[in-house]
Amino acid sequence: MADLKLRVNGVEMQVQAAEDEPLLWVLRNKLGLTGTKYGCGEGQCGACTVLLDGRATRSCLTPAAAAAGAKITTVEGLEQHGMLTPVQQAFLEEGAFQCGYCTSGMVLAATALLAEQAHPSDAQIVEAMNGNVCRCGTYPRILAAIRRATHTPVKKGADYDRG
Amino acid sequence: MTVDELRLEAELHEVRDRIRLFELDRREFLRLCGGGLLVCAAGAGALVAQESGRNFGGHQLPQEVSAWIHIDADGKVTVYTGKVEIGQNIRTSLAQSVAEELRTPFASITMVMGDTDLVPWDMGTFGSRSTPTMGPQLRTMAMTAREMLIETAAERWKVDPASLKAENGRVTNPATRASMGYGEITKGEKLTRAVAGDPPLTPASEWKIAGTAVPKVDGREFVTGKHAYPSDIVRPGMVFGKVLRPAGYNATLVSVDASAAEKIPGVQVVRDGDFVGVVADDVWTAEQALLKIDAKWQVPPQISNAELFAALKKGAGDDGASEIEAALAGADVKLARTYTVAYIAHAPLEPRAAVAEWADGKLTVWTGTQRPFGVKDDLAKAFRLGASQVRVIMPDMGSGYGGKHTGECAVEAARLAKAAGKPVKLVWTREEEFTWAYFRPAGVMEIRSGVQRDGTLVAWEHHNYNSGPSGVGTPYMVANPVTRYHEWRDAPLAQGSYRGLAATANHFARETHMDELAHEVAMDPLEFRLKNLDDARLQAVFTAAAERFGWGKMKSTAERGFGIAGGTEKGGYTAACVEVEIDAEKKVHIRRVVQAWESGAVVNPDGLRNQILGAMVQAIGGALFESIQFANGKVTNPRFAAYRVPRFADTPEIEVVLIDRKDLASAGAGETGIVAVAPAVGNAIFAATGSRLRQMPMGVGTVVSG
Repeated sequence: MADLKLRVNGVEMQVQAAEDEPLLWVLRNKLGLTGTKYGCGEGQCGACTVLLDGRATRSCLTPAAAAAGAKITTVEGLEQHGMLTPVQQAFLEEGAFQCGYCTSGMVLAATALLAEQAHPSDAQIVEAMNGNVCRCGTYPRILAAIRRATHTPVKKGADYDRG
Repeated sequence: MTVDELRLEAELHEVRDRIRLFELDRREFLRLCGGGLLVCAAGAGALVAQESGRNFGGHQLPQEVSAWIHIDADGKVTVYTGKVEIGQNIRTSLAQSVAEELRTPFASITMVMGDTDLVPWDMGTFGSRSTPTMGPQLRTMAMTAREMLIETAAERWKVDPASLKAENGRVTNPATRASMGYGEITKGEKLTRAVAGDPPLTPASEWKIAGTAVPKVDGREFVTGKHAYPSDIVRPGMVFGKVLRPAGYNATLVSVDASAAEKIPGVQVVRDGDFVGVVADDVWTAEQALLKIDAKWQVPPQISNAELFAALKKGAGDDGASEIEAALAGADVKLARTYTVAYIAHAPLEPRAAVAEWADGKLTVWTGTQRPFGVKDDLAKAFRLGASQVRVIMPDMGSGYGGKHTGECAVEAARLAKAAGKPVKLVWTREEEFTWAYFRPAGVMEIRSGVQRDGTLVAWEHHNYNSGPSGVGTPYMVANPVTRYHEWRDAPLAQGSYRGLAATANHFARETHMDELAHEVAMDPLEFRLKNLDDARLQAVFTAAAERFGWGKMKSTAERGFGIAGGTEKGGYTAACVEVEIDAEKKVHIRRVVQAWESGAVVNPDGLRNQILGAMVQAIGGALFESIQFANGKVTNPRFAAYRVPRFADTPEIEVVLIDRKDLASAGAGETGIVAVAPAVGNAIFAATGSRLRQMPMGVGTVVSG
């Protein structure tokens, strides 16, 4: 076990972690930030996505030690003074989840995408988001939410035409 | 779902069909009885005992209770039900039904769900039963509560109850404009009543809260990461557990050496027969300790994928003989075809998880399950505890799809916690979830049929081997159809419920076969179906999907195929039209799916669309690529890297057409939306390529010949 200093959601935190211990376990089990989820442990599902210096990163494959020095953002760090980010707000407005277990990872992956590319095309969204699994199958709504967050007009007629 | 199917599903998971005496710790209930208004949904027998009404006679609860509603002095309404929220949005839609009948704002309703100490016994959340059974019970209670509120206000005001109105959480007297909130009415009162039967509820055509797109309760908690799933629960002093898994199914432990693991500081090894586990202060240390355990297992030889379908037919008792020879003899065209479905995994994104805590002789387990009371029974049995010594709490979990009926993770966590003397969290790895949960049964479906040149179906025989009876009956008109499920109790892998049960397999077989017959008699597949249908609701969804899709306006080509399929099960009616594109490398891409859905009166159109949409996307996995691979008692693809689930890039343009039948009772909608996509995809592939795919999945990578 070694002492680590992590900067999480703007706060400097001191934590003990083993050399190879994944950031995911440190966040969830040692810092009480359970919004970041375990889904597969092999970087295949995106449930554990966090931002490291703004880049979407799989916290299950990233040793906590490797994240020291980076600005770590988890889903808990998005809301500011009770205000949701545009991406969070758009997910809420589109009802872009069912069980919601993938939502943290989806929201962070989308946040990273939009920071890099303010108005991505559908193909760019699909490419950027394809590593995030929603087993409930709400992909069309997540796409709609990302478009909504970019203020891109949502295509009418499909599932988005909601009661 | 027929009674037989319900029995079968119950048996699969050892759910005894019973009405349970109300045997929980009554403190909470008595506390509620202390004031306010309380209504129970009770069996008819209980009702006779206290017909007159306002009391349970010394706060005795009727013995057969399925739910209750309490209104406190602040007008806050709390609904207690054993149903659970797993992403299907039932927390929201049940609350809407209560708000509707109670004439109170939606926001005043709180649902207490799936906590075995607080809610009445419930068999579980499966079979699309919550909306058609729990919905009307809650509505009946809410309506009764409304009447009691009106009666109580009428007594206070000394007026005729019929002259009063209940709306927006208040009882008002239109004549005097006097008005009292529900909280004011119940304050200082002890109003209790049990109700049963079938009173006249508000017709769907008059609904104001039910029937609308109320957003998911606590939606904000989900986009901010604040919602605590079972795997997020933390208890004071909690440690983390891991369990040593056998090298294969049916393995026996030959030897185990845990000395290296025990040397790691803070690690405790727990051994109980073949059960070996570890606990440590953090999950990483527990994982490292587990890797250091040297165990030898003996795994008996077992069948693999290659032998699966032959084994299923043999095991489930194939007699091979047709039972419709006479009908077939008179048919212009005869067809006999075999279809198969693979074992697939639910792969809920949150794997099985449990936090177990022993305190004062009582075991409490927070766990993700569709059957909190079933898991409670499992725990009581495993640790020889009385019912009052076990509490299971089910925080809204990271989905299930029929895959979380069992309580093995809860039992394991409890065993580790007992040994550790501390609360223990156990979260299964993805590999454990893929290997040690249970699967949707694989199956073989054989259909023999006869049709006249004019498209009239005259003979039908459908046998299902192993996958299940759900949806095996045909909705098409044909004299003396034979449809049969052949059960096999010793199937090679652990199998159980999966969204839609065998309706997916049976619809794949039937709707593919219907397409084959249409082709044989050179009829349009939609026209052929409609010609043989007299079920107006099924006709309506076929027509609605076809219209929106533009069925028949475009002809299939070698590059682009159109397919249709539909069916009905569990009170839901659905039809899907699919467009596939075949690229230059002969790979299949699903480009567009239009699916029509009807399940009676729509309680929440937004939640319903989301369910149907999700079922359609999930269906793509089973249709095209999901398949559990196994050999010699081991799953060989127990990871998302090797077991492909639908992703963004697999998702076509999807359109859901809802038919809202306000004149019909609401049916459940979590399952049947999954049945039509696979056969419609296969039929579209055939339309483009002439290649008939009779297996699910139709192919990993889905390269088609022809």
